[in-house]
Parts: sequence; C-alpha cells; structure tokens
Amino acid sequence: MTVSRGTRDPAWVRFLLITITVVFFALFLVMPLALVFAEGLKKGVEVFWAAWTEPAALAAVQLTLLTTAIVVPLNALFGVAAAWAITKFSFRGKAFLISLLDLPFAISPVIAGLIFVLLLGSRTPFGEWLGGMGIKIIFSTPGIVLATLFVTFPFVARELIPLMQAQGREEEEAALTLGARGWQVFWRVTLPNIKWGLLYGMVLCNARAIGEFGAVSVVSGHIRGQTNTIPLHIEILYSEYNITASFAVASILVFLALITIVLKAWLETRFDRAEKGGGV
Amino acid sequence: MSIEVKNLTKSFGAYKAVNDVNLKVGTGELVALLGPSGCGKTTLLRMIAGLESPDAGQILLNGEDVTSLPVREKKVGFVFQHYALFRRMTVFENVAFGLRVLKGKDKPPKIQLEERVNHLLKMVQMDWAVKRMPSQLSGGQRQRVALARALATEPKVLLLDEPFSALDAKVRLELRRWLRKLHDEIHITSVFVTHDQEEALELADRIVVVNKGVIEQQGTPEEVYDHPANAFVHNFLGNVNVFHKRDHEGAAGVGFVRPHEVGLGRERGKPTDLEGVIIDVRIRGPQVAVELAVEGYELPIEAEIARDAFKALGVVPGDRVFVDLAAVKVYAEDYSI
Repeated sequence: MTVSRGTRDPAWVRFLLITITVVFFALFLVMPLALVFAEGLKKGVEVFWAAWTEPAALAAVQLTLLTTAIVVPLNALFGVAAAWAITKFSFRGKAFLISLLDLPFAISPVIAGLIFVLLLGSRTPFGEWLGGMGIKIIFSTPGIVLATLFVTFPFVARELIPLMQAQGREEEEAALTLGARGWQVFWRVTLPNIKWGLLYGMVLCNARAIGEFGAVSVVSGHIRGQTNTIPLHIEILYSEYNITASFAVASILVFLALITIVLKAWLETRFDRAEKGGGV
Repeated sequence: MSIEVKNLTKSFGAYKAVNDVNLKVGTGELVALLGPSGCGKTTLLRMIAGLESPDAGQILLNGEDVTSLPVREKKVGFVFQHYALFRRMTVFENVAFGLRVLKGKDKPPKIQLEERVNHLLKMVQMDWAVKRMPSQLSGGQRQRVALARALATEPKVLLLDEPFSALDAKVRLELRRWLRKLHDEIHITSVFVTHDQEEALELADRIVVVNKGVIEQQGTPEEVYDHPANAFVHNFLGNVNVFHKRDHEGAAGVGFVRPHEVGLGRERGKPTDLEGVIIDVRIRGPQVAVELAVEGYELPIEAEIARDAFKALGVVPGDRVFVDLAAVKVYAEDYSI
C-alpha cells in the first residue's frame, strides 16, 4: 500500500506512535506473560510439574473442564435460539430482550454470583426445598456451572445477531418453497451460513468460562479438591504465599489463553473469507 | 394448474396491504401483477406462495383450497428479487436442493438427480458454472440459477417477485425476452410482480394492475394500455399528459392523453383542432418529442411523432401549429397515486 506524500504523517509522529505501541505491548502484555512462566519455573521444572499434578490442582483442572464442557454447548444452543428468535421473528418486547442480553456484561460478576446465592442458597425457601430433595447447588458444582452460564451467556448471541440480521431470511424462505422441513432448513441453510460466527462466539465463550473468577468465587465456597476451578485454585495458592505453585498453575491458564487467541485469529480469517463469498 | 384467489385480505398493523382481492389465473398463463411500490402486489404473491398468511380469504390451486397449507406442501416455485441463492452451496447444489430434501420414495437416485440438475442448468444456459459459488456470478447469472432451482422440483406454479428489478437495463431486457421464450416452451402457470409497466406489457399474457391493495383493472396488455379503466391505470401505464378539465356538462375531471395520440398539422385538419405554439423539440431516438403551448391549456402538452413525420412537417420552435386532442380521455377527479 502506498500513501501519498500529502497525507503521510511526519516521520517523528510515526516513530513516536510506533514506539509507544511497542513499549506498551512489551510492558503490559508480553512481560507479565513471560513473568508468569518465569515465576512458575523459578524453582525448576520438577516443582512446576508437581504444582500441576498435585491432586488439588488436578481436581481444579477437572472441574474447570467439566464446567466449560457443560457451559459452552448450552450457551451455543441458547445463543443460536436467541439470535434466531430475535432476527427471524417479530414479536412484542424484542427490543427489551436485546438489551436484556447484555445484562451479564453490564453487571459485576460478583453480583451475578450473589444473585444465585440469594436465590438458591441453603437458607432461601427455594434452596431449602432443593436441599430437602438432596440437591445442593450453592457451594457445589451446579452453582459454579450456573454462575458461569450466566456470565458467558451473551457471547454467542451477540456474535450471531448482527450476522443473521445482515443475512436476512430470504434463503430460509427459498428453502421452504423448495420443500425443506424446519430442521432441514436449519441444518442445510442456516447453520452453514452462521458456522464461522458461531464457532467464533463459542471460542470467546470458552475463554471466559475457563477464566471466570468473580461469579464463581461467590458460589464456590472454595472447598479444595471439590469446588475450586483453576482461577480459584491459583488465588488460594497465592494467598498461602505459595507463589511458585500459583504461577505454575497460572501458566496453564495463560497457555489456554494463547491457544484461544490463535484459534480466534484463525476463525476470524475464515469468517472474513466466508463473508466475502468464496468457497469454504 | 390454475390459481384462484378469493376475497384475500392482509393488514400489517393499521395498513391494509391487500384488501379483498379476487383473482383468477388460468393454467399455463403468464400474468403480471403491476403496480407502484407498496401497493400490495408482493404481499399478494407471497400469500399465494404461503410465505405470508392472509387475514381473510381463500387461495385455491386447481380448485383445491390450500389457504392454510404450509409453504413446503404448496409446491410452488418462487423466484426472489435478490435471488436468495444459498451462498454456501455451489450452483449445482443450489439447483439440487429441492431434490435432496425430498423424503423416501420421492427422492431421486443420484444419477437421475444429476441428470435433472444438469438438464435444468443447460436450459438456463448456466451449465458451464456447475461448480461455481453464487458470489462468483453476475446478477443476471444468479437469477438464471435461481430460476433453475425453482423449477427443479417441477412445480405446477411459478411465482416471481420483481425478478429483474435488481439487474441493469440491458440484462433486464435480455432476461425478460428469454423468460418469455422459456414460458412459451414449458407453459408453466406463472405470476410475476413488477413495477415496470414496460416489462409487464412486453412479457405478460395478462396484466393485473394493483394499487393500494386493490385490483384496478385486469386484461391483456392491449386492453389495459388502450382502454384503461380509470385514471390511475391510464397514468401508470406509459407516458401521459395530465390536465384538469371541465367536461361538456361542466363537472371537474382529469384529462389524459398519451403523447403519441396527440396529432400535429400545419393546416386545420378537423374543426375541433386547437391552435398551439411549439415551445421545444427534443430527439428521442426514432421519435421526436414536441412541447406545445395550446390555447385553453395552462400546462404545456407533449406530443410524440415519428422523426420522418416531423421532418415532413418542417416546423421549428416558435411556429404555430394545429393540435388534435380528440384522443383526450376525461375521468372524474377522485384518484391519487
């Protein structure tokens, strides 16, 4: 790309902007990440490895993976349903529903966690009733799943609504006139059209589900080996001055984050290409 | 297969898009629903297809009431204004779609399916593009593929919603003639919606003029063009001079006369001829448009005559001529577009 002389910024401006950007990246993004790995590995690979394989850490990884495995598919499903309802039908209260979708983004995760405690805690009527049936939600896995579900709800729907709005419903109508049933329309027409957007939303949802701290912290109860997710486990290790172990476990999260970024970048290019038409 | 629409009504909120419409389309006919945008013609077409449900009234296909049948059971072919091709499928898969979603014994075996799709693509002259994606085609090509796709399931009725309006003028003309030819070959009962009177006049066996949710007139292109039933139809079909006029009894009315119906002469041809002065002359291809100030008329009147005839007349702006306005038709003043 060439920029004409008349619109090009003076050399010192370019130099300054590039320097600021690079320094900022180095200071606030690269250095902390490097530090996480460095701190974790400070006392050698063995200690690093031990922090990972210790039962409490393994339990935390397991719980996090379980939570994510439940939350991401459910939110993908809810997201598609919500985006479908909002973009393909017209009904009363649609605008309200769209603004409501942003609620989990708008309120603090801690409050999101508190809502569930106040709603389902063992001293509330509903919690008591569930407790009577032997179901425990708060300070247990279901609570963690619920809180994560709530916090990550908007990702998929937010990604799909503008996409499906732009695509309109003519293709679906065409499929109907050609004799397709509802499910056939969805599988053969709608889903391929939103595939990349959906995956992109799921990756974002996944990243947030793994890393969620606030809401989960409130409903978890921090029972070691039982209701600790990876971020909670890291926090406990850190507050016990077990710095090396906490950074070692943190490096798992950083590693997962890096994978997410690569996946996201790859999906973005696929997404762009798909939107421009070309074969997929 | 014939189409019959009885007392069909549809409102969007307080707005009556289609108001108590009755319409019959005979087997093998090619009918145009013609009207200005927002007149309800597309809503009417979508209701026949089942894409919109009527508030009241009936739709019959071959005498059978299909009003409440879901779209997929109506088995009508539908062509959309913006093609609506499946963007993630090749041209082949687009056309094959209607056959692939068939169930059980209706589903054709692979070889037959391929034969049928290839045959259709050849018919619309798109057989060279089987492996292309829709985004790689021009508008005219996409609409041909959309047509092949609509015909794949052998519908008995073909509905087209402004099929050519998104195309540029030259392609539109070409595709229009090609569709007429195709219809003469396969004789499928067809209804198309258009706001382009030229398209309707050239393409249709019969024109149904729609305005504000009701049918103003229906008939052959000659009937609606030469004998418009009311002021709206007269004004909507073709160029027209409009002027306010009092008839013999003195009642107010609107007068219409098409430019080519205005006669010009150097001598008084008929006792009713009026005197006028030529204001301006413009060449319009083989025709000449002559703008005239005529005695007793406030606004200038346009006449259109052949270039040879104009040359023979030998007049220039400023000359006095005699104007024959005998073809003026006066309607009671109670319409608006």
